[in-house]
Formats: sequence, structure tokens, C-alpha cells
Amino acid sequence: MTYDIKRGVSLYSYQNETFDGTLTRDDVIRISCELGANGIEVIGEQSFWGWPECGVNEADIAAWHESMQRYGGVGVSHDFMLDYKRYKGRPMPFDEQVASVKKDIDFGAMLGVKFIRALVSITPEVLVAAAPYAEEKGIKILIEVHAPLHFDHPWIIRHAEAFEKSGSDALGFLPDMGMFVFKFPNVWKEKFMRLGVPKNIADYIEKAYEDRVLSEYVILDVREMGGTGPAIAMAETLRHNAAFEPKRMLDYMHRIHNIHGKFYEMTEDYVEPSIPYDEIVKVLKQGGYKGYICSEYEGNRWIEDVEEPNSVEQVRRQQVMLARLLGETETPALKTPLAA
Amino acid sequence: MMDHKMIVAGSLKAVEGGFALEARLPYYRGLGLSMVEDIAVTVDGTTYPREAVRFTVRDTTYTLDEMETCYDNRWNFGEKALITVLGAELAPGEHKVTVAVRKRISYLPFVPTMTASKDLALAA
Repeated sequence: MTYDIKRGVSLYSYQNETFDGTLTRDDVIRISCELGANGIEVIGEQSFWGWPECGVNEADIAAWHESMQRYGGVGVSHDFMLDYKRYKGRPMPFDEQVASVKKDIDFGAMLGVKFIRALVSITPEVLVAAAPYAEEKGIKILIEVHAPLHFDHPWIIRHAEAFEKSGSDALGFLPDMGMFVFKFPNVWKEKFMRLGVPKNIADYIEKAYEDRVLSEYVILDVREMGGTGPAIAMAETLRHNAAFEPKRMLDYMHRIHNIHGKFYEMTEDYVEPSIPYDEIVKVLKQGGYKGYICSEYEGNRWIEDVEEPNSVEQVRRQQVMLARLLGETETPALKTPLAA
Repeated sequence: MMDHKMIVAGSLKAVEGGFALEARLPYYRGLGLSMVEDIAVTVDGTTYPREAVRFTVRDTTYTLDEMETCYDNRWNFGEKALITVLGAELAPGEHKVTVAVRKRISYLPFVPTMTASKDLALAA
């Protein structure tokens, strides 16, 4: 089957640098494009101040388009949030949720993206109701399939069934590769040990994860080993993470239009030790995937207590890995030196 | 997440009727003000009452209760907000300042509180 897999970056990856202004939105678009990852994904309200409560800042949208044009960026996705808990003590009414999604469709259209990302907790009925408007605007709404959910979970199956029943091709999936964590990430283990988890317990949990032991058994074992507080919390990560199989994406390829290239740590030799990217890319090729894999660096929150994350270097390493897996002959490299 | 960048270094100052400091929302995005449930300020072990706290962004000031029904303003990603505590006086010098922000996040099955501490000096 023919495939067309392209490289991109979610600007989420650079959050530590853009949070305090070390890097601007323009900087991170340039960096991504220099690495050949010219597909740009944004969380609208992270990259654009004011959205959604204060509306659209048109000058800011114009500046985005200028950056994208300058560096050759292609807008991939606007990740929207839909805060249905906006009102304390009562959920946002259904019609208001649908209207809110329509506003994000408009926002996505303004950015020139083809996709908007829906969080996985949003009900299929809301998305189905917004689909005709998305079709009108040439946008697809993709629900992010993210751990602890996965493609065999009844909630995701309910979405899939609703999408098929709707008959709309404006509804689909955006799988986050964090559902395929096949080894306990080293940066998690080290963080938990800094929080006081004894080494023997940390080693046990890491091994139990590799042995695919059911989370509840591991939690009980850790309790019996004398684990408290952070040790229990470390064991409980097994409730929310599991080594689901990349091939489970194959049934849904016709609705998968974007991929979150989640990673926690890229080593110097261009390996993400906890997520099987070689297997993932193989499956995507087999399934004839046509679209972007957007880097999504999430190791930042696991190391920031001891070191300032170097998001740019982490993204660069992942892009080198992806380029190799995709058979590109050129090694992605930054062209503009970063300010010290 | 971004806890260590939450309290802005060097931002503690005396203001009329109290003291103030700058803080950023420790989160990977911004948040509508109605979803900021609480901002608790503790200095040198003393936590000030909720009623004493004021929140200011882009020249608009809110009480924490007013924020709960504010649907047209945000605490943007990385934006420095001024947190004022009224009816409190701090002596010049070093103080240990702790800020705890409780956020109502639609997709989370719990209501997280992010807490950070920093030593800040109040100029004489």
C-alpha cells in the first residue's frame, strides 16, 4: 500500500522555552522547519494569547501566517480544549459545546490547518453534531486517542461507531504514541526516585511493567514491600499506561489523519527507549498512512525539577530518528545557531 | 509542570494596603478565569485568607470569587499575573513565598493544585 509519511512538530514540545519567552512562536516555527519538520501543530490557546475567552487577535494570526510563509511551514492541526467544565458545578450544555467546537473550526480555518484535535473526553454526539460545519469549512475533527485509552477501549469504539453512523468523513482519530509505551520510561523512574522511592521498589516496578503484570497486582506488591506515597504513585502509573500494540491502529487507518509523536526521552544515539518507533513506523507504512507524525516532547515535566529541559535538542534527536525510519537520506540539522 | 517558573523571581513588592508578587499559571496552556478555583498565598508559614487575595491581568483586577463567574478573560500561557494580598504587611528582607493554584481542568478526573515556593526579597 502506498504511504506518504511527513514530519512535523507540535509546538507543545517547546513549552518550557515559550512559557517564559526564551523562545518565541516565530523561533520554534523556524527551528521545526529547519529540521525538515515543516508540519506545524499548535494548541491554539498555548500559541495564541486570548483564545478562546477573549476572541481572536487578528494581528497575531497575521504574524503566524508571516512566520509560516518565511520558513515554509505547513499548518497541520489546531488542538482545541473545549472547557466543558467552564461553569462551576454544572457541565456546559450540549448546544453550547457544539457551538464552541464550531468556533474552534473557525479558528482552525483562520490558521489554515486541515485538522482540529478534540480531547478524548469529549462525547461523540458533540463531534457528530459539529461535523457538517467542519465539512463546510474543509476541516476534519480528530479525537486524540491517548493513554489510558486505546483503540480497543469501549469509549473509543463508541466514537468509531458514531463516526461511521454519521457518514461524515470530517470525523477521525489522532493517535498519541504514548499508548504504546513498551518500557517504563527512565525519566519517570528517576523522577520517582528523586521523590524518595527506594531503588529496590523502583527496579521492581520497572521490571513488572516489562513483564506486563496487571497494575493492581503491582500496586499491592509495592504496598507489601513497604512502599508509601511516591512508591504507590509510581506503581499507579501502570493504571494509566500500558504497552498496547501499534498494529491496533490498522483497523482505523481510514480515519487516522494525524499522529502525535509522543516521546519522553531521546538518547544521544537517537533512540526513544520506551516507545517502539521502529515498529510504529512499520505499522504506519503497512497501513498506507498519509499524513504527519508531529513530535510531541513530554519528558520536560519529568526532568524540570533538576534540569532545564532542552526541548530543541530533544526534538532534533527525534526528528533524526524519524528521518532515518522514513528512509530519508539527509540528516535533519539546525541551520541557524541558537542564541546562548 | 513549570512549577519552578510559577513564582516570578524578584517580583515581591509592597503596595498600598498590602504586598504583591507576580506569578504564572503552571500549565501548558492558559485558562479561563472561571476555572481558576483558588490561589492561596503563604508567606513564612502564614496563609492569608482567600478574601484578601486580588488577581490582576492586563490592568483588570478581580477577587477570587469574581473570577469564578468571569467567562470573558483568561490567565494566558506564561502570562505574568499580579497577585496582591491586602491587609498584610511584610517586613523588608527575605521571605519564603508559597503560591498554590487550584485549577478545574475539564479532561482531568481530579482537580489539581499546583504549589510552588520561592525565596523573594522585599526591598526596604
